[in-house]
Amino acid sequence: MSVAKTLSVRNLSIEFGGVHAVEDISFDVAPGETFAIIGPNGAGKSTIFNLISRLYTPTAGTMHYGEQDLLRLPAHKIVHAGIGRTFQNIELFEHATVLQNLMVGRHSHMRANPFLNFAFLPGVRKSEIEHRRKVEDIIDFLEIAQYREQKISDLSYGARKNVELARALCTEPTLLLLDEPASGLNNEETDDVSFWLDDIKHDLGITIVMVEHDMNLVGQVADRVMAINNGRLLAIGTPDEVRNDVEVQRAYLGVAA
Amino acid sequence: MQFLFKTAYTDDIRFLARTGEKIRVALVVILLLAAPFMLQDYYLAELGLLLVYAIAGIGLMTLTGHTGLVSFGHAAFLGIGAYTHSILLSKGVPFTISLLITVSFSAAVGMLIGRSASKMFGFYMAIATLAFGILIETVFGEWSSLTGGHQGLAVPDLIVFGLPLAKAWQQYYLDLVLTLLVIWGASNLFRTPTGRSFLAVRDSELSARCLGVNVEWAKIQAFGVSAAITGLAGALLAHHLSYLVPEVFGVLESLKLMLMIVVGGMGSILGAVFGAIFVSILPVALSFLKDVLPASIGQTAGLEPLLFGLIIVIVIVFEPLGIYGRWMKLRFFFESFPYYRKSSYVRQKSYLKTDRMR
Repeated sequence: MSVAKTLSVRNLSIEFGGVHAVEDISFDVAPGETFAIIGPNGAGKSTIFNLISRLYTPTAGTMHYGEQDLLRLPAHKIVHAGIGRTFQNIELFEHATVLQNLMVGRHSHMRANPFLNFAFLPGVRKSEIEHRRKVEDIIDFLEIAQYREQKISDLSYGARKNVELARALCTEPTLLLLDEPASGLNNEETDDVSFWLDDIKHDLGITIVMVEHDMNLVGQVADRVMAINNGRLLAIGTPDEVRNDVEVQRAYLGVAA
Repeated sequence: MQFLFKTAYTDDIRFLARTGEKIRVALVVILLLAAPFMLQDYYLAELGLLLVYAIAGIGLMTLTGHTGLVSFGHAAFLGIGAYTHSILLSKGVPFTISLLITVSFSAAVGMLIGRSASKMFGFYMAIATLAFGILIETVFGEWSSLTGGHQGLAVPDLIVFGLPLAKAWQQYYLDLVLTLLVIWGASNLFRTPTGRSFLAVRDSELSARCLGVNVEWAKIQAFGVSAAITGLAGALLAHHLSYLVPEVFGVLESLKLMLMIVVGGMGSILGAVFGAIFVSILPVALSFLKDVLPASIGQTAGLEPLLFGLIIVIVIVFEPLGIYGRWMKLRFFFESFPYYRKSSYVRQKSYLKTDRMR
């Protein structure tokens, strides 16, 4: 597995027809760090994720992951740079099984040659089994063995969240973007997520950037927090610093400080 | 009830995991192999035609059922296959080489269409493929120096490796071998990265892209594979028709292919085969109906298209997974006997997904 690198974002901005969704935001995420992005609804948190994933192209600014200039990569090459992600609204392949979903997670590491695949040559079989083994490691890690053969459309919301995390891990990322990993989960499940995030960070050595509303979870797992509102940066610092920041309190509570 | 214990990763790759499946498939293959000994030439030819339509169905299924791209002009590829093959044969090209060129040419045209279609969504793609179908039919009609125009084009005799296959059973075995090859290959495709990337594009382009699937290229590939398989079906169809006219490859034929995969069951290769069986039996049932019904109804023109449309509507409303869906339920009924309940397969609605990235 390759080593985590520094994600550095400089003066990132994007406009949608006059709406400044993200404006002049800069931050660094150090290797091995857990970095949380918080902010009220519509603050531009997910937009930042979509910019890093290259689903959107910024109107200004630069993004580098290690030496790699992310703006030079198309969206489907981002995963090759070692950046995996999950989505706020769970984007699994609904009519496929859990196993198939996870195997698509291995796509960036496999060769997809239609001719070889059509004939299912011995090399293809070997690679399938090899990647199947890697998938099984992730299944063990997240304890989703009981769902292996099930279709996504038959799974509960919580299980889908886990499967999506598993699929992102299957890409062997060094940087993981998690869009609200605990939204819609009950307290117990949120605790599980917190443990897993810890394991992902310490056992797998993956840098985590997450968008999250649950401040307890953020306080538990995040090393640093960035608060944004209306696409602008409010504060960056440790969870406590950000919590006590006047600007942040004003954005969340609307009080005149 | 049978439980499947998997002890090796190869168990996940295997096609036929259950004993029952193995027996059923073996039985069908044996019956198909033995068919020439049991059927008269007429029915054998019909069975061969059914197999050809099964191939065409798998072609369209790859595109529409597995990749989620609609094509209302797929008979064009059937036509391209049929005409290319016949023209090459009449120029003296040997059968196998002609077949290879036909499949490659069909795939190339498919990829060209796929290149434009990969930028379109939903209705626009439906309209574009429909227009393509009509365009190709017109080309067959007007380019008389090459295609014989509306006068038609005689298909040369079937000669493989210097062996004339004039008998019905010989042609039937050729169809059968190629059908089994296509079923096997297409099934392979969907247990390997290429096919999985198709499924990924169908269910969520967004996450497919974030997992490293080049979505546009996957769509172009899907069009290519689909056109290649349909083109092969076209070449085989030519030998069954023995005389090609443009009208055969018109909009109605495209609709028939669409009907096949909808009725058969979207998203499964078995569904395409079920669909082929269905459309092959339909005309027979229809001719029977015509005799029974009063002449004022039975002799009305357009009875067949009307029935086609009606059946599509009924299937979409009552059984969106078509015959394949019914088959799954029937299997589950016997596997879980006596625990099957009416609500075992009640459809769930989910409101989790958004398409806001589009």
